[in-house]
Amino acid sequence: MNAHTGIGASILRKEDRRFITGKGNYVADIRRPGMLRGVFLRSPHAHARIKGIDTKAAAAMDGVAAIFTGADLAADGVGGLPCAWGVSNADGTPMKEPARSAMAVDKVRCVGDAVAFIVAETLEQALVAAEAVVVDYEPLPAVVSMLDAIRPGAPAVFDDIPNNTCFDWECGDAQATAAAFAKAAHVARISLVNNRLVGNPMEPRAAVAEYDSGRDHYTMWTTSQFPHVVKVLMGNFVLNIPQHKLRIVAPDVGGGFGVKQFLYAEEVITTWASRKTGRPIKWINERSDGFLSDAHGRDHVSEAELALDESGRFLGLKVRTIANMGGYLSTFGPNIPTNLYGLLLAGVYTTPAIHCEVKGVFTNTVPVDAYRGAGRPEATFLLERLVDVAASEMNIDKVEIRRLNMIDASQYPYQTPVIVKYDSGDPKACLDTALKEADWAGFAERKAASKARGLLRGIGVCTYIEACGLAPSRIVQSLGARAGIFESATVRMHVTGDVTVLIGTHNHGQGHETTFAQIVSEMLSVPTDKIEIVFGDTDKVQFGLGTYGSRSLAVGGTALAKATNKIIAKGAKIAAHMLEAADTDIVFEKGSFKIAGTDRSKSLGEVVGAAYGLVNFPIDVLEPGMEEKAFYDPVNFTYPGGAHIAEVEIDPESGVVELVSYVAVDDIGTVINPMIVGGQLHGGIAQGVGQALYENCVYDEASGQMLTGSFMDYCMPRADNLPNMQITTQSTQCTHTSFGVKGCGEVGTIGSPATVINAVVDALSHLGVNHVDMPATPGRVWRLIHNSATQLRAAE
Amino acid sequence: MREFAYHRPGDLQAAVALLADGESRPVSGGMTLLPTMKQRLAAPPALVDLSTIPGMAGVTVEGRTVTVGALSTHESVASSPEIVACIPALASLAGVIGDPAVRHRGTIGGSVANADPGADYPAAVLGLDATVVTDRREIGADDFFIGLFTTALAPDEIITAIRFPVPDAAGYAKFRSQASRFALVGVFVARFGPFVRVAVTGAAPCVFRQKDIEEVLARDFTPSALTRISIAPSGLNSDIHADSEYRAHLVMVMARRAVEQALGAPARP
Repeated sequence: MNAHTGIGASILRKEDRRFITGKGNYVADIRRPGMLRGVFLRSPHAHARIKGIDTKAAAAMDGVAAIFTGADLAADGVGGLPCAWGVSNADGTPMKEPARSAMAVDKVRCVGDAVAFIVAETLEQALVAAEAVVVDYEPLPAVVSMLDAIRPGAPAVFDDIPNNTCFDWECGDAQATAAAFAKAAHVARISLVNNRLVGNPMEPRAAVAEYDSGRDHYTMWTTSQFPHVVKVLMGNFVLNIPQHKLRIVAPDVGGGFGVKQFLYAEEVITTWASRKTGRPIKWINERSDGFLSDAHGRDHVSEAELALDESGRFLGLKVRTIANMGGYLSTFGPNIPTNLYGLLLAGVYTTPAIHCEVKGVFTNTVPVDAYRGAGRPEATFLLERLVDVAASEMNIDKVEIRRLNMIDASQYPYQTPVIVKYDSGDPKACLDTALKEADWAGFAERKAASKARGLLRGIGVCTYIEACGLAPSRIVQSLGARAGIFESATVRMHVTGDVTVLIGTHNHGQGHETTFAQIVSEMLSVPTDKIEIVFGDTDKVQFGLGTYGSRSLAVGGTALAKATNKIIAKGAKIAAHMLEAADTDIVFEKGSFKIAGTDRSKSLGEVVGAAYGLVNFPIDVLEPGMEEKAFYDPVNFTYPGGAHIAEVEIDPESGVVELVSYVAVDDIGTVINPMIVGGQLHGGIAQGVGQALYENCVYDEASGQMLTGSFMDYCMPRADNLPNMQITTQSTQCTHTSFGVKGCGEVGTIGSPATVINAVVDALSHLGVNHVDMPATPGRVWRLIHNSATQLRAAE
Repeated sequence: MREFAYHRPGDLQAAVALLADGESRPVSGGMTLLPTMKQRLAAPPALVDLSTIPGMAGVTVEGRTVTVGALSTHESVASSPEIVACIPALASLAGVIGDPAVRHRGTIGGSVANADPGADYPAAVLGLDATVVTDRREIGADDFFIGLFTTALAPDEIITAIRFPVPDAAGYAKFRSQASRFALVGVFVARFGPFVRVAVTGAAPCVFRQKDIEEVLARDFTPSALTRISIAPSGLNSDIHADSEYRAHLVMVMARRAVEQALGAPARP
């Protein structure tokens, strides 16, 4: 008997065989005959007019095949990069949506803006030629800070967009919220910054493009989280390539985190240039170019107020946020700080009235878009910091204030005042488990022990919810999405009973090849080693929207289950014919079709054999073969949530914060593979800790230069920055996905920044500190300690 | 990386001759030079690889002097029984340079010649009043480090060894930059009888001696002696990781911790 490889089994990842034996196939591994190398020349200026580009000398250099500029693209009719999500202003008018040419033509709008594409026989020849391209820039004043960008007289990123304002969006009910504040016993306030992050997947972005003139057909291999969407956006909106003449392959991809879920100019230009040169072209971003050209994440400045009654009940929440769009609108840019942020501000609480205003602002910086969590970590950080401030000001225990305001399990489904309706959850149960796991009650003793060693210890808690499983198309289209966000899967039973699944999501580290195989294994009783998951190639997979927003299992997995159910349904009809029984008498159990209540059965293998061999097969009523497909559009988002608790120790002499413990209790619905889920949570929490303590993308306000353009200055969290984490899942089931799954890709990143900062503030609370901006670096923490000591001395 | 010629001379004279053009660069571990070349920030016409020149690696002890060959890797210094016995602070300093890969490739001669403002070795060389031995002369530590990435070395001059006098007590405390893990501030403290030397790296464009701290410690070589003084931020680096005021504060914190170590306390992060 085979070991159980279905739902709940912590089997090892099928894909790891190739990864740990060096047999992965990444874009950089792709080699085509006659392939050229391309490099992009990028702007050193944050804001400048391009008066001219002289490529003559460079084009004559050894090995150079071609040099292209924005003017060449425009002359050839290449379109601009589309934005896939529009939002509306509070007054109902559409956002300002400036055209974005694939390569800068008249103006550069951030350091790193591409101005020329140099294609040569070798990489070194292309790099040397790039140094010989002469760009005549007329530098213009730049603006990188959002607050500066909306001041009167600020440099205009786009000449025809006043106040650099892309949109003034709102959600919730302003009147009801004002009324709630009018009767408040206490109003807690906070101003905070959500720091700009660079995603930094381990594999930099890359593309290889090949034009086949004989077939008039294009193939592009790219580091993408959503190859079918690249095909639609690039073929249809930018390069005018018919869909049947374009194949996009996203092979093994080394991490995405959102960075690779946009259509990028480099993909477009490499593809276009492969036709112009008649040769395949490979382009690979350097890490330092990645800092300057991968879409960034977060970057908000916010003010928020929470109205409470005298017992600490939340009456209303007002939020005003300014969100950085960067120098252009990236594919999903406007959606992130609006729908994925404002709609999450109820959190796990029963706050009856919420009003949120978000101003999207253009600056001379790299475009900002989704990064793991995307909007939801920002919402959670703001809300959970504000709850701690309120608890402290009203002298209410910070656990009790949360419990007092939490949605009770009995209240689900729960309609929030900000559109979304939570289907399932039990936040109080997660919180209770987390308090136990973290030994919350024993904290005072640990704090005293730390104090004896000269260290300040703090504890922080955060309860959170997210909306993921992107996305119910009707809902997101009403919120500005310009297409539906469904998913599809094909289940192909081979003659032998082995299975190939073709699915439209993309695996770039999440373990899909294992998790999806486990679903099929569970449903068909086929062991996972007889199941292959195929993804990432638009010529193989029917269609798909890709992987982001913790959607693959909730949406793709449900499509897969539906397709598998069609296999079972067809199999039952074949088995009924073979067993000379009625269809309705057949049940499918443990891999066999049985006549209910009898011992007469046909195995799945026998039934599939009949479907292809057509021996004893109902050919008059059924088509031969055994392959089924399902497209699935969800009815709602899924709503994972949970409670996280962290403890930190701070060295008051140096300001160093050490994260000493981390407990996560997450409700992510049914768990398919606990080991994989553990890895997703560890990674997500590490990224959230990175935002809280280490990572920060900084621009120089005077020059617009990025000051953190490498790992020398941009601090990624490392293994020795993290404690062993205690991860527990405590789930309720989603009511509308197959098996009740919710998704786990982003939860760690969503809950952790607030958890860690709440712990840091707790450690410093005796000094009167009520907020620390992220990242809580040693210098920043020391400054708070030092200033409070100075004030203390002054008071004495 | 631009194209360059690669030489592997068999002896010191041949190496010096190959450096005569003033543009070719000597290389041993290449831990700084090669990344700089990959970023196209340096493009020497030739690299002169010193790593196979005989007699330039290893540790010897004669009396109260420890001589470390210029080609000795950081790892070999960190794990040298002679150095651990004679100058444990030097061994522990070598053990906190970079990461394991850097420590197994990078060499003491390369680090000292490069004079990176955030490097660790310059603090030990200056703090211990070491002598830099080259192919043509001996240079005292006080005369060796001149400025940002600038030393007394001529362009074709090659360090062959560093000679460290053995102190009565020494300690090194490093406060790492979170991102690069170079020293944001590193303080090396050494006591030779009644004399104390204090060298500070990371805090300014070039490693320097902090004479106010030296004077206090010469009178009273204890951490508590340092709680009564502070140093001025002027002249110290200010950047996105630490302003000069914070660096000045960290110099005092690290100085106290270095003294604690010199007095036998275990190193703390």
